[in-house]
Amino acid sequence: MTGSFSSHVEITLRVNGEPVTARVEARRHLIDFLRLDLGLTGSHAGCEHGVCGACTLRVDGEIVRGCLTLAAQLDGSEVWTIEGLSDSGAIRDLQDAFVARNALQCGFCTPGMLAACAELLDHNADPSRDDIREHISGNYCRCTGYEAIVDAVAAVAAARRGLARAAE
Amino acid sequence: MKPAPLSYARASDVGHALALWREAGPDARILAGGQSLLAGLNLRLAEVDGLIDISRIASLRTIDLVGDTLRIGALTRHADLERSDLVALHAPALAQAAPLIAHPAIRTRGTIGGSLAYADPAAELPACMLALDAVIVAQGDGGERRIAARDFFTGVFETGLEPFELLIAVEIPVLRPGRAQAVRELARRSGDYAMAGLVAAADVTPAGLRDVRLAYFGVGGSPVLARAAMAALDAGRPVAEAEAALDDDLDPSDDLQASAAMKRHLAKVLLRRVLADLTGTEQGRPA
Ligand SMILES: Cc1cc2nc3c(=O)[nH]c(=O)nc-3n(C[C@H](O)[C@H](O)[C@H](O)COP(=O)(O)OP(=O)(O)OC[C@H]3O[C@@H](n4cnc5c(N)ncnc54)[C@H](O)[C@@H]3O)c2cc1C
Ligand code: FES
Ligand code: FES
Repeated sequence: MTGSFSSHVEITLRVNGEPVTARVEARRHLIDFLRLDLGLTGSHAGCEHGVCGACTLRVDGEIVRGCLTLAAQLDGSEVWTIEGLSDSGAIRDLQDAFVARNALQCGFCTPGMLAACAELLDHNADPSRDDIREHISGNYCRCTGYEAIVDAVAAVAAARRGLARAAE
Repeated sequence: MKPAPLSYARASDVGHALALWREAGPDARILAGGQSLLAGLNLRLAEVDGLIDISRIASLRTIDLVGDTLRIGALTRHADLERSDLVALHAPALAQAAPLIAHPAIRTRGTIGGSLAYADPAAELPACMLALDAVIVAQGDGGERRIAARDFFTGVFETGLEPFELLIAVEIPVLRPGRAQAVRELARRSGDYAMAGLVAAADVTPAGLRDVRLAYFGVGGSPVLARAAMAALDAGRPVAEAEAALDDDLDPSDDLQASAAMKRHLAKVLLRRVLADLTGTEQGRPA
């Protein structure tokens, strides 16, 4: 098709705080854009139809499915992947808790899981175990059985509340 | 999998979207939240050439109280419904339904207009529109057209939208004093499409429930009003009679989620629970 429609789209966005300009295929979803075009392989592609959560990352301050977002739609957006979240130190405590409690084995689900858990903790300082399970209901983990993940998130929530109280 | 090659255009406003659609022809598709459409394109269930991206049209992402009506723009996201004070106050069924839709990372992008236009038989929001007597506002080249929810959902993934018509908003009569709304569903896992679900609204009076609306989802090709059960409750009949009436009201088929017999059973369970929610009683028997 021609005229107003095109098979490639020019986008300018910020990825992990860095400006990026690219000409992308219109059909390119965000995960392939990050992995294949930018070499950021931290975000994983699993099912590619919204079910498994392996591609969960942060766009404009909210978690989204990278496989259900076209790169072409993100002109002007702010994208944070696990690489950026790690480097910034923003989720250091959560990552440490995952390691301490064996909340990952193969690690395939972990980048998406961390993005989902980080968002829960941003909005709910004192989530119940049910709240945690509900919030990660869209993030499949084939290895851990979830219990250790819930433990890790609950521990970080408690630790952050302790820190907040100490700071008062 | 990945989508087949496609061509894309970003619409800056409703008029632009309609012009792009005319340019591309009737087989082009509107891209709103993309949470159903892109999943289908990735699976190559659907192949479309032209995608018209309306997701940036800010004037369609609104929630406004207009007189006695709550007007919700088509690009209002499920997460917006969850967080809105106006929705919680004037259309609590939508606030209850939103967290039941998919998962948090899908609710941040999925839109009410997309959900209604897609018309999945197991979706929550179409049933909400039916239970709350909403009006769907569509816009084509000829201007706006208003369609009552009961005329809008015409079958499995079928609606009353005409070719080249954009769903731009819904209008919902605000909750009047003394009236209550409740939503329940039963799903295999949190976030899955429901095996069966129910959106209910009623006036809660000392004499019992009146003007009862029961809109089921996941038990037919489109959301269904359980008219015989509604009439039984309006007449002050015991809940057991309303339950029995559901056998005539509903005609579910087996699907991936549950058998027809299971759905019939769950519909009755949901009725008891929702009546309890409406009246604040344990048994669901109107006080
Ligand atoms: C894993 C998963 C689980 C899900 N679970 C549920 C669930 O439990 N309940 C539920 O209700 N939904 C569920 N969904 C679907 C989700 O709610 C979608 O957001 C919704 O169905 C479609 O909204 P959208 O904005 O993403 O629309 P899109 O995917 O962008 O569009 C859907 C269709 O509607 C058309 N369309 C969109 N907007 C308009 C408009 N304004 N005018 C005319 N046509 C339009 C499109 O052309 C397309 O054909 C799930 C999705 C996934 C991936
Ligand atoms: S790859 Fe996106 S949800 Fe599975
Ligand atoms: S650690 Fe292997 S899938 Fe979660």
